[in-house]
Amino acid sequence: MPAGSVADNCGRTGFLLVRRTMNPLVYLKRVLIAIPTLLGVGVVVFVLMRVVPGDPIAMMIAPGASPQDIQNMRAMYGLDKSIAQQFVIWLSEVLQGRFGTSITFRQDVLTLIGERLPATLELGGVAMLLAVLLGGAAGLWSAARDGGWVSNLIDALVAVIQSIPDFLWGLMLMLLFGVLLPWLPISGRLDPGLSQQAGTGFLLIDSLIHGRAELVKSLLLYMLAPALSLALPVAAMLARVLKASMQEAMSSDYVMLARLKGMSTRHVLLVEALPNAVTPTLSLSAVQFAFILGGTVLIERLFSYPGIGSLAIDAVIGRDLPLIQAIVLTFALLFIAINIAVDVLVVFLNPRLRGSANT
Amino acid sequence: MNFIDTPEFAEQRRAFLRHTGLSLAALGASGPLQVLAQNSNTLTIAYNVSLPSWDPTVGPSAVNPTIQALYKAVLSQYIDQNADLSLKPDLLTKWGWNADRSKISMTVRKNAKWHDGTKVTAEDVAWSLIRAGDPKTGNPIQFVWGKVTNVKAEGDTVTADVKEFEPAFFKWMAFLTGYVLPKAYFEKVGKEGFEKKPVGSGPYMVEEFVAGSHMKLKAFADYFGGKPAFETVIVKFVTDPSARIAEIESGRSDMTMEIPFEEYDRLKAKGFGGTNAPVTDIGMIFLTSLEPMLDVRVRKALAMSINKKALTEKLLKGAAQPIDTLQAPSYAAYDASTKVPYDVAKATELMKQAGFTKENPLRFKVQTTRGFKPKDFEVMQAVVGMWKNIGVEAELEVYEIAKHYELRAQQKLAPAAFYNWGNAIGDPSTSTGFAMFTHSPHSAWKTKDVDDLIGPLWGEKDEAKRIAGYKKVDKYIAENACVIPLFQYNQTVVFRKGLSAAPHGAGFVLPQTVKKA
Repeated sequence: MPAGSVADNCGRTGFLLVRRTMNPLVYLKRVLIAIPTLLGVGVVVFVLMRVVPGDPIAMMIAPGASPQDIQNMRAMYGLDKSIAQQFVIWLSEVLQGRFGTSITFRQDVLTLIGERLPATLELGGVAMLLAVLLGGAAGLWSAARDGGWVSNLIDALVAVIQSIPDFLWGLMLMLLFGVLLPWLPISGRLDPGLSQQAGTGFLLIDSLIHGRAELVKSLLLYMLAPALSLALPVAAMLARVLKASMQEAMSSDYVMLARLKGMSTRHVLLVEALPNAVTPTLSLSAVQFAFILGGTVLIERLFSYPGIGSLAIDAVIGRDLPLIQAIVLTFALLFIAINIAVDVLVVFLNPRLRGSANT
Repeated sequence: MNFIDTPEFAEQRRAFLRHTGLSLAALGASGPLQVLAQNSNTLTIAYNVSLPSWDPTVGPSAVNPTIQALYKAVLSQYIDQNADLSLKPDLLTKWGWNADRSKISMTVRKNAKWHDGTKVTAEDVAWSLIRAGDPKTGNPIQFVWGKVTNVKAEGDTVTADVKEFEPAFFKWMAFLTGYVLPKAYFEKVGKEGFEKKPVGSGPYMVEEFVAGSHMKLKAFADYFGGKPAFETVIVKFVTDPSARIAEIESGRSDMTMEIPFEEYDRLKAKGFGGTNAPVTDIGMIFLTSLEPMLDVRVRKALAMSINKKALTEKLLKGAAQPIDTLQAPSYAAYDASTKVPYDVAKATELMKQAGFTKENPLRFKVQTTRGFKPKDFEVMQAVVGMWKNIGVEAELEVYEIAKHYELRAQQKLAPAAFYNWGNAIGDPSTSTGFAMFTHSPHSAWKTKDVDDLIGPLWGEKDEAKRIAGYKKVDKYIAENACVIPLFQYNQTVVFRKGLSAAPHGAGFVLPQTVKKA
């Protein structure tokens, strides 16, 4: 068979990956199931936001407004109709790709989300990377020194780190690196002195692609404290899981055999035990990414980071119904996508599950 | 509601910062750290709210007093306000009614330019006024602007016919939605275009605006009021008070505001500059005209049993002043002679006459926000404690401010509910008028006796008579305890050494008024 182009090879690899991991029909079924899930989320959030106290119009009523003025304003925002009518209108608009105009920001909500989501995904991505690196290193190190004081110290640290929630880490990091040792910026996404010319909103990725070192440095500096706040509890969890998996792997026959063969500890750890122990940690990592994205709501607010989490809080405070609905659907879509990706990954990494995944 | 915006979280984080050593951090941070933001031509402000929209005439932004200072840095108003709340020219140099109050006439400044270099004209002013009065635009203050019609521009003069006389019409021109927008530019770029690149005629031009993060302003060389002290202003939107304290303390920002009073004192002691001055915002308890508040003895007893001096001095650390009516001392209808005495013995006697004692207490619900205003919950806790002494067992319910607005609009507030009432123009119609008149959607006390006093004042053409009338209303309200005014708030502003910033009575932290000391 003649060698194909790189693209051909990539396409073939992708196809093989899907075939190895899951029947494409099963994958398609999962995607189709996501549609009613999203619809369900839409119904719940739509009704909930109209039932809970906090009328957006009441927040805008000027003191001298007459009942007619109030009624006009209610009609202007489409809130004069019944909840069922409002839902039908909203759903028909959404199906045509129109999510409405934000009451607070006076802009198309999809545009708003499109502007803010990349910042959150980049923050979440960097946080996840930090969590994997820190958690992986701690788990491996602790497993390698199992029973010794280093391992005990790491275990104790992991327990402490895991018990502290991300927003508290945020406050501590703000205090430590923002005030005591003012090494890191504590609010915003980028130095206001630097221009934010980027085509996609993924400033970090754009800057890396275009080799804008100054921008990359600034973005990473601004991201470090919030990303660490999100990463630390997840890193601790990953460290524990990895250590437990490593302990199990280290007591297996094949590791024993490798030791008997006189292989070095490093080789035994990294080449023999780690590939077998890493599966649960990786699948957990993917699940934790969804939690990291959820955590951005608090952390972005604390660090004035202009992502979708911070936008969500503004939307809730302002009872910005169209924006809240669209943000919740965006988060739901992200979580569904992550869950499907996790399923694919788990099946790919664990051959024993392939049969069941195809049914 | 997200946990980060809950009072519990706010309390936890404040306590955390206090106890885990922001003070300690401060010791280490004094000195060299304060130079971080000290670029002589750049002023960096950690602002307590985010600016959601650049159109100051529509949506919730239009009625949010906190962000008006940001608009005022970029957009000019018809009329401006001095720090003592008196009016001064902005884009209008003269304004007034004719003798019978049937017409208004305004003279537009000749030397004003838009940030795109074009001239500000009377046509811009007329167009802005017509647009503001058009119900279709969704301007929440349309009920004021719609009171004039037939708006015309001729030369540098704008005239209009008065449909319904509004005594505070020109005061509103210095208040919410009273901004002049560029007609030609707005029509060319549309609403969306204006949001992306706003053009005003104020002291600063918008160089960069990143929603939810910051905005960068450049001094406008052709500003009619003269060039401001700082060439560049960076406004960071830092909504978390702990982060704002960290910003100023680390030297990353030159100035911040709305921080806890204890933190203000600590930063001042460390050598930061600052102001802690009264602003046009009062704390009050709305009484709803339902049982048990229909009994005047109960209302009077509730009002007389509150030790406002203790609340302001001990709980609010002196950062508030007791008041007896809805008028603060800087307001037009303030009358120092109207007093509500603090008399627990009399209050107890009144409650006894109404049939309630400590043994047989009156029970009702009291609502309050928690963390929306400084120490709001703590104040109401203290008030509930004071009421206990006269035979009242009040159940304190905490709710979100959004719920307060909704309940108030539906006349469903609890018998007593804490609220803060802002009144940047200091006019009695925008305090007593709207807070106490039945037909106002913002009133909780709706009774004919008060309406009969307020009603005729809405269209009163004699200003002296109108002000005297409101003083009379306030006296009646105080004597009958239809509402319980508590105190006037102070606003805290902190800035680094080398700056000076005079407080503004309306609470505007205006970058254009900050000077190099």
